[in-house]
Amino acid sequence: MSSPTSSSAMEEQNAPHLLEVAGLQVQIGGRSVLEELDFHLDTGQLCALIGENGAGKTTLLRAILGLQPVRQGRIRIHGKPASEERGQMGYVPQKIAFDPNLPIRTRDLVELGLRGSHFGFRGFFGNTSAAVAAALAAVDGEGFADQRIGRLSGGQQQRAVIAHALVRRPRLLLLDEPLANLDFRSTNTLVQMLGRLVREEKITVLVTAHDMNPLLPFLDRLVYLAHGRAAVGDVHTVVQDAVLSRLYGYPVTVLHHQGRILVLPEDPRRGMETACPGHTETDHGETGS
Amino acid sequence: MSTGFQDLGLVHFLGDPTIRSALWIGTMAAMLNGVIGVFAILRGQAFAGHALGDISSAGGAAAVFTGISALWGFLGMAWLAALILSGLGLKRAGERDLVTGVVLGGGLGISALFLYLDATGSSHSGATVSIMFGSLFGIPGSMVLPVILSTLSGLLLVLLCYHPLLLIAADPDLARARGVPAGLLETLYLLLLGLAAAISALTVGAILATALLLGPAGAALHLAGRPAQAFLYAAGIALFCTVTGIYLSYESFYWFGGTAWPVSFFVVVLVLLSYLLAAAWSRTGTVPGRPALHGAKR
Repeated sequence: MSSPTSSSAMEEQNAPHLLEVAGLQVQIGGRSVLEELDFHLDTGQLCALIGENGAGKTTLLRAILGLQPVRQGRIRIHGKPASEERGQMGYVPQKIAFDPNLPIRTRDLVELGLRGSHFGFRGFFGNTSAAVAAALAAVDGEGFADQRIGRLSGGQQQRAVIAHALVRRPRLLLLDEPLANLDFRSTNTLVQMLGRLVREEKITVLVTAHDMNPLLPFLDRLVYLAHGRAAVGDVHTVVQDAVLSRLYGYPVTVLHHQGRILVLPEDPRRGMETACPGHTETDHGETGS
Repeated sequence: MSTGFQDLGLVHFLGDPTIRSALWIGTMAAMLNGVIGVFAILRGQAFAGHALGDISSAGGAAAVFTGISALWGFLGMAWLAALILSGLGLKRAGERDLVTGVVLGGGLGISALFLYLDATGSSHSGATVSIMFGSLFGIPGSMVLPVILSTLSGLLLVLLCYHPLLLIAADPDLARARGVPAGLLETLYLLLLGLAAAISALTVGAILATALLLGPAGAALHLAGRPAQAFLYAAGIALFCTVTGIYLSYESFYWFGGTAWPVSFFVVVLVLLSYLLAAAWSRTGTVPGRPALHGAKR
């Protein structure tokens, strides 16, 4: 902090980004899902990964986690290969449905966030209760801490998994479609919670979504995926007619209405059939099979 | 039985070397099957556990035919089937059950062959009953040490991999995201399931092995409020059923005028009763963290 401004600005520029994705290419079953993807995130940002079904959102998250083989390109966390920095990442998968008969309480699941990868006897020692309590508090989950995870509502199960991911104090939290299947109130609660993590805990959050609108109040950055390519930037630079038309390969209109954003192809039927060759609406790669 | 009600004939009971062997092997089978059975149910692999027990009968029958030890026969066949299942690496539950069924059919076919060969060979006439339904009192004492050592190794492996196995049981995706080698643990787990099935087959018979694997674990899952409890309760219930079963079978010799009823019968009946009691108890809604049941198993 005491160093001269010029040198600290230099450091700022040279310091590796929290997450850096460069020249990323991913193929699944011979089909190119991501081609030449470049973007980076810095500490304390909320970033939305927007795209249609099959655009490669889940594939990108899995590639960052090291679960999806990469054809080319690199993914780095603080300048180191992401596969070596798994401890810095927390992951909340899309499909969460615990067996009601699991004898695992919410606090046990959160504790497994610390011990779930521990082989040998070290998983049996050490006191985790303070870390578990802090993670439960971060998701406002004290109320269901002692209930079985399989008996919680969908929204509560999601918060339990977020606490499981947060308990190791990751720098980067990846959430796959967390807003799908949530009602209006739960969506609001979740977005407020993610905003708090980003602003107060300085955690960087990457969220995939079909609809960016619920996230707008806290959104710092947008990665808009289509046809394996991405438009990256803040909301206002990315969500523009010209940028999205170039990305989709056919004319797209952006409408603003009372603070909400609507992205419309100029003529949906024409857009799908003729102006968009090669783009198929398959579910490939999206379900994370 | 004239020694009176006070000692229940325990001195006589424990003084018998056949009984002591049976108790050792029964204890090991109970502890291993209780613990492995909980994972089998949590992972939705109850059917695979059942199948490995049945398939091991082929190894048991082959062991009688070739004259090797029954333990290695049961274990060899159970592991062969476990490796086939893990080699196929099936993820979807429906596909897994289908392939398990096909492998089970093949295994029982081999079993049919060797049981036929055993039956036609004059010296092994009782083989079918003892392989399928157990002959705990007929196990040679030389088998006790290998059973103890393999069981303790199995339990140690479970302990070393306890947390990753539990996380996989909760959600495999969460485990993979944490860098847990889920594929490797799947293979290890299936081999442990094969070991549990083989020792259970030795104790209550290949056909009844499934009872010792799934019954106590299922009962424990009705009663447990947290993960460690499930494993302790399952091992405890299995131990109670096995030891009590051995004792009742021994005593039944005196009740029925010189014809002892089989150990397997008593063990399996006790397992069933334990399960029914536990299920009824959990319906009362008094188990912590567990409101009264109203849904299906999965």
